[in-house]
Amino acid sequence: MSKVRVLVGTRKGAFVLESDGKRERWDINGPHFAGWEIYHVKGSPADPNRLYASQFSGWSGQVVQRSDDGGKTWNPVGNKFVYDGVAGTHQWYDGTPHPWEFKRVWHFEPSLNDPDHVYAGIEDAAMFQSTDAGQNWQEMPGLRRHGSGPHWQPGAGGMCLHTILIDPTDPKRIFIAISSAGAFRTDDGGETWRPINHGLHSQYIPDPDAEVGHCVHRIALHRSRPNVLFMQKHWDVMRTDDAGDSWKEISGNLPTDFGFVIDVHAHEPETVYVVPIKSDAEHYPPEGKLRVYRSRSGGNEWEPLTKGLPQSDCYVNVLRDAMAIDSLDACGVYFGTTGGQVYASADAGDNWAPIVRDLPAVLSVEVQTLP
Amino acid sequence: MIRVQLPGHLRTLAKIDGEVKLEVDGPVTQRSVLDALEARYPMLRGTLRDQVTQQRRAFVRFFACEQDLSHESPDAPLPDAVVTAVEPFLVVGAIAGG
Repeated sequence: MSKVRVLVGTRKGAFVLESDGKRERWDINGPHFAGWEIYHVKGSPADPNRLYASQFSGWSGQVVQRSDDGGKTWNPVGNKFVYDGVAGTHQWYDGTPHPWEFKRVWHFEPSLNDPDHVYAGIEDAAMFQSTDAGQNWQEMPGLRRHGSGPHWQPGAGGMCLHTILIDPTDPKRIFIAISSAGAFRTDDGGETWRPINHGLHSQYIPDPDAEVGHCVHRIALHRSRPNVLFMQKHWDVMRTDDAGDSWKEISGNLPTDFGFVIDVHAHEPETVYVVPIKSDAEHYPPEGKLRVYRSRSGGNEWEPLTKGLPQSDCYVNVLRDAMAIDSLDACGVYFGTTGGQVYASADAGDNWAPIVRDLPAVLSVEVQTLP
Repeated sequence: MIRVQLPGHLRTLAKIDGEVKLEVDGPVTQRSVLDALEARYPMLRGTLRDQVTQQRRAFVRFFACEQDLSHESPDAPLPDAVVTAVEPFLVVGAIAGG
């Protein structure tokens, strides 16, 4: 019977949660790296026992951990992230130039076919990669140097490259997203990049339709249809059918179109999930009701999913890397909250239950479907 | 022989039990002690000082002999009591909540 392994990064350590395919009973292992902020833990699609974890503290900076046995044991690997050449400047919050400085790794994206090849999205926003299982890291400088870099600016969480999506049909095509610059695409394995933000509209920048400057919170795709991307922007839920060349809004009947996470059903490319959050100032669900919204039509028409989720007095947030989907026949959906709960649904969102209730604030959730 | 005490989370990271005892060649300074420490425990690189600029991380402090040496030159000699292992060189996380 298949198993699932949920990898949870929190403000004070990492946790590995495992269950059989029924997803009813869970073994909880952790905390790993107790006391450290774990921004992200992700497994290699090519070798599910190969995991990469981003371990950070304000005192001691960035550490990268690697496991070769599915999270039972870990070893630190390389943590030297040096920008290629002269780093230059981006915009600071007040619009003045500010030097590019490495702060932390937000996201690891292992290659689809080589467990030793892994991409890292970092703050201040840049793309790095390692081809030796995390021992050494090299910037892919074409992203910062394509021309708009000096105009990027940090969002409230920092200027982070937080999403990396590899096209499963063409590994040289990679989509990334940066707060607060927007979405970008390479078609040549990271040598050259271009902004893909046409159709985004953001009132908080001087030109609401500018080529860059949009605070994209998350993008997602279905592996069978990589030209279709879904986006949760700072405000607005968006969709593109042409690999980002143009976007249209699909917020439809959502109670608010602010939020962080977005993901796609494993077997239904038109089924999309978001967790609406009240506003950019009020980072909690509207009316104190924690609701996942599901669209089965690729957007615009959304239904609230509430069974098993708190429907009163709930004021947690769900951060951008804290939703994941398994690939079992009955698709599982998972998300973590800043209140320390990890919720799971083993029936595509119809019913929910907490796997665990009292972790530190959850920063990221990933899931592996294991044989 | 130089004695070095590290914060608990860095001892865990480096799998160190208790105090570190280091042999340091040449003048005993912050830089030579940290060089020797990082050579023996490579996983500590970047956690105490920047790997490129060698600047002390902002929330890391260096104490010895009841003195704050954080703002001394990294090439200044450490106190004799540290050099003779009467006192440890203390690496301390700044008090910053959390």
